[in-house]
Amino acid sequence: MTRPRTLYEKIWDAHVVEQRPDGTCLIFIDRHLVHEVTSPQAFAGLRASGRTVRRPDLTLAVPDHNLPTTARRDAAGNRLPIADPESAAQLAALEKNAPEYGIRYIDAVAPEQGIVHVVGPEQGFSLPGTTIVCGDSHTACHGGIGALAFGIGTSEVEHVLATQTLLLQPAKTMEVRVDGDVGPGVSAKDIILHITGVIGAAGGTGHVIEYTGSAIRGLSIEGRLTVSNMAIEGGARAGLIAPDDVTFAYLKGRPYAPKGADWEAAVAYWRSLATDPGASYDKTVVIDAADIAPSVTWGTSPEDVVPITGIVPDPASFADPSKQAAAAKSLAYMGLEPGTRMQDVAIENIFIGSCTNSRIEDMRAAAAVIKGRKKADNVRWAIVVPGSGLVKAQAEAEGLDRIFIDAGLEWREPGCSACLAMNPDKVPAGERCASTSNRNFVGRQGPGSRTHLVSPAMAAAAAVTGKLTDVRELMG
Amino acid sequence: MTPLEKVEGRAIPLGLKNVDTDVIIPAHWLKTTSREGMGRGAFESLRADPDNLFDRPENKGAPILIAGDNFGCGSSREHAAWALGDLGIRVVIAPSYSDIFSGNAVKNGILPVVLPQAAVDRLIEVAATDPIQVDLDTQTVTTPFQDRFTFEIDPFRKMCLLGGLDEISLTEKSGGAIDAYEAKLAAERPWLQPALTE
Repeated sequence: MTRPRTLYEKIWDAHVVEQRPDGTCLIFIDRHLVHEVTSPQAFAGLRASGRTVRRPDLTLAVPDHNLPTTARRDAAGNRLPIADPESAAQLAALEKNAPEYGIRYIDAVAPEQGIVHVVGPEQGFSLPGTTIVCGDSHTACHGGIGALAFGIGTSEVEHVLATQTLLLQPAKTMEVRVDGDVGPGVSAKDIILHITGVIGAAGGTGHVIEYTGSAIRGLSIEGRLTVSNMAIEGGARAGLIAPDDVTFAYLKGRPYAPKGADWEAAVAYWRSLATDPGASYDKTVVIDAADIAPSVTWGTSPEDVVPITGIVPDPASFADPSKQAAAAKSLAYMGLEPGTRMQDVAIENIFIGSCTNSRIEDMRAAAAVIKGRKKADNVRWAIVVPGSGLVKAQAEAEGLDRIFIDAGLEWREPGCSACLAMNPDKVPAGERCASTSNRNFVGRQGPGSRTHLVSPAMAAAAAVTGKLTDVRELMG
Repeated sequence: MTPLEKVEGRAIPLGLKNVDTDVIIPAHWLKTTSREGMGRGAFESLRADPDNLFDRPENKGAPILIAGDNFGCGSSREHAAWALGDLGIRVVIAPSYSDIFSGNAVKNGILPVVLPQAAVDRLIEVAATDPIQVDLDTQTVTTPFQDRFTFEIDPFRKMCLLGGLDEISLTEKSGGAIDAYEAKLAAERPWLQPALTE
């Protein structure tokens, strides 16, 4: 009888090409997603060494980080140029590199274009039990459908392009179990913010986190992708959620997903991946779902999480001296005083989007709060950025775009947008943003920007009240 | 990649916890198709302060950086390693690193030394006035005051750094094993081949 194994161990074992005496393994990569920012130097490396792409058929390229989210075609239907010359050059490089190496490319005006981590699952390119990499740390996202997915640097992008493998050390395993059911107004985003607050920004370093428990099982695929997306904010390179009937129903019929008899064989295989009874993790953290409130960050690390009913903490309240120093620095940057009620913090900018929260359910959750209300006068800028062209079309078919526009929010084209200040969508210095993205780092949304991470419903609530708000107070 | 064995010189005593890669190199510096010149954008937000550690004359060209826990967390951008390299940094010393950053560092000939917080605190103290020596071969960090700290490193990473090795060339030697794996995969899980309904 074989030793009981975790989901992670099963996926790892199925991908070992070769094991070295020191324990390092050559791991086969099933899917490689490529975007414009972290790939040009990798293609340049291939060119310089005269190498080719080993498996272009397992590679999919889509631009997302640099693209402006304003209209991409003029009234006559012609593609509009990218104003920023550096962004334009980077986008042009991908547009040239992908076909040159025989890689499938979704261009900037294709109906299915979007954020790479939204596009992968949506197209059925990302599948359970596969290894997926991308030159982007939020590749952890695809763990939501049960793929071992992680971000890589550009040297590794080049390594995967050339060999379809990576040299890796096995990770340790960590189970984060969320038992029970979450209350009203508490979303997948609140679950992962709460988890990050509990385990800390380095709590999962060296580990792959498997999220288990009834609160995780009860999430839709959109919600599971949100949770796994932020595994990296807890230091884990990858997150995992065991695939189940919800996963299979989501993937069935998607363009790149297996069809017919292949589909049946795939599902049978995927069902065998769940962690065996009796398998053990290196570390387990148990969280009671009832303890999770709509959550918000106060500082400049994603671990700086409090319930919306909470207050800005006093740096002296932290036991660790280096955390005390970091918290004091964060509060100075954020312009916040200890003891301030989070609900008294005024907000000038709203960003609803990013690979964490730009799927159709996120759009619906935000629209449900916005419907029949207006953007507060002190909110200067409020944008809603769907994660892909398909999400945008679906939202428009449901009339969600009208709800946002009628309330005074802007409805944009798909892309990474204000998550990372690489394209024109930025938060001005000294201003606050209630943002559904994943990082509240110093300068993340623009130099001097002050980010409060929240769920889509909470961002919508802040949009209509002009301050951080407990969304439960706006729910009928 | 330039081989690395011994590094001696000034160490920049940054010492902060959770220094993320957006702090090391903000996203607007990533709009390039080259690996060069990233040092100009390195630690931009910290260097906005005229009295910052990086631009003090004594720290110019310092080959060592000392930081706090979880250095290089956040974005996978290898630009962070390129930026450090462009500043002339060959060694980072910290209690812990993000997994992605430490891998990126090694691939660019930068050694991420892991030492306990107490040793890091002592080195920060020394760095205020004196140089620090790092020896990868013997896995030690020493100071002119007879401090001697030993560190662990994965043997494969050590070999790559000492030899300045290119990982792709190493992997290509396993081409036969990759061929065999692909053949097995095509037989056992043929449905993995991306379908296309266009």
